[in-house]
Amino acid sequence: MLDWQFSLLLLSNGVLIGLMYALIALGFVLVYKATDAINFAQGEFVMIAGFVVVAFLLSYKAPLWLSVVCGLAAMIAFGFGLERAVLRKLIGRPVIAVVMATIGLAAVLRGIGPLTWGADTKNLALPISDEPFVLGPLFIPPIQIVGAVVSLAFLAGFGWFFLKSRKGIAMRAVADSQQVAMAMGINVERYFALAWAMTGVVSALGGVVWGSLLGVDVHLALVGFKVFPVVILGGLDSIPGAIVGGLIVGIVENVAAGYVDPYVGGGTKDFAPYVLMILALMIRPYGIFGKRIIERI
Amino acid sequence: MSAQLEIREVSKAFGGVQAVTRVSLDVPRGEMLSVIGPNGAGKTTLLNMVNGFYHPNSGRIVLDGVDITEHHPSAIATLGVARTFQNIALFRGMTVLDNLMLGRHVHMKAGVLSSFVYWGLAQKEEVAHRKRVEDLIDFLKIQDLRRRPTGSLPYGLQKRVELGRALALDPKILLLDEPMGGMNQEEKEDMARFILDVNEEWGTTIALIEHDMGVVMDISDRVAVLDMGQKIAEGKPDEVRSNPAVIRAYLGEKRDGSAR
Repeated sequence: MLDWQFSLLLLSNGVLIGLMYALIALGFVLVYKATDAINFAQGEFVMIAGFVVVAFLLSYKAPLWLSVVCGLAAMIAFGFGLERAVLRKLIGRPVIAVVMATIGLAAVLRGIGPLTWGADTKNLALPISDEPFVLGPLFIPPIQIVGAVVSLAFLAGFGWFFLKSRKGIAMRAVADSQQVAMAMGINVERYFALAWAMTGVVSALGGVVWGSLLGVDVHLALVGFKVFPVVILGGLDSIPGAIVGGLIVGIVENVAAGYVDPYVGGGTKDFAPYVLMILALMIRPYGIFGKRIIERI
Repeated sequence: MSAQLEIREVSKAFGGVQAVTRVSLDVPRGEMLSVIGPNGAGKTTLLNMVNGFYHPNSGRIVLDGVDITEHHPSAIATLGVARTFQNIALFRGMTVLDNLMLGRHVHMKAGVLSSFVYWGLAQKEEVAHRKRVEDLIDFLKIQDLRRRPTGSLPYGLQKRVELGRALALDPKILLLDEPMGGMNQEEKEDMARFILDVNEEWGTTIALIEHDMGVVMDISDRVAVLDMGQKIAEGKPDEVRSNPAVIRAYLGEKRDGSAR
């Protein structure tokens, strides 16, 4: 194979995977934007969603669309419930309290998942073929195209929501200043709940696309770790940032795997994004699109 | 006639600091009341209790016969109390229009789903609210600023937009925390005129806080003076101006004796 063809293959693969990372990062950004909370359980949300969908698909023999709908409903309820039962009580406490709560939640979910649905890897089959599309030198697995399209649709949808819809603008107001939002008559808690429910939606879809790509087991939660380089690069509170960060991480890990792996014997895919993240933290800690926070004293 | 807003013997302490001590104030409907006092007199604390940011340790606050002492700020806003902030608290990344439309939030009924769908109810609402906001934009003479992000506006205009956002709630009572703070003389006079117009044209009850006695004396129906968390005087501007306790507390160490 020609060298440029190989590069192009790595690049296209990186873009498609990157968009799927962006989808998961979107869940993280939604919560951070609205509530200032850092959700360390984002990957576990995706894993649980995958388990739920698979359970309906395999155990109850439900059709795929119904399983996905049930997965969505379950994750919305989960988001709402989590906000009401745990996070609402932490409003006004230091950020570290919420961080610890989500880390604890992540551990609990990693236990509950296999405990409830078994530890074996389950196959979440979408009704699409495994045969890759051949586009000149490119081989593109259909699942990646589905993932990328779903991601783009939701990124655009939430982008519109925050930019144009009244509820989205109110949610930005809540994120900007909870106090001022309250004085405008905005029920801040309701918007917190809404943000967590929206994260539930995104996680459910992430669970479907990533679950069908990787299979559903406890390791599905690991995609959540990739969220951190994505949002650090793109900016914690930026939806365009999630896309750009996702693309960068997707491309970097594929290119690193393609060009560096042969010399070091593999594994660069897993750490290249973090090297980039550390560099980004040193140079531009608020991300490409993130808000530069200026503390006035 | 009972007052629209009754503040009865409210006290508030922060740890060992007694910020407000047994302050009572009645604000009749349509009145333009100023609360003045030196820095740290407890003015903002009083305002924060009225709009629900703080709950008093003792005393009651009653709005139109409803006890709102323990109400949540968003509930109090829904009942018709709007406010501005001492340090401008606009949503800086958003346009003037978006800020004003946020003020309409309390009057919006469309739910999350319909706002996702957008057309239908939400659309109809949007048009009606937009019309009200356009009226306010005309009233405040900020027509050319609609699409500007608020963070980029000069200070005086930001204050004006913040007033507009509070007015967008169509409040029964408008609470203004130092609306003229940090302004030059011309900006102060502009702001005073807008405040007077709101009071006279729409009959909105206004309670405003200032530590600068200057302009407020001219525009207020009544003035209350706080010092060290206590109300030391209340009455017509002229009575208050000549009140010896006020002169002592307010002008303090000043030797020339003239009100600024």
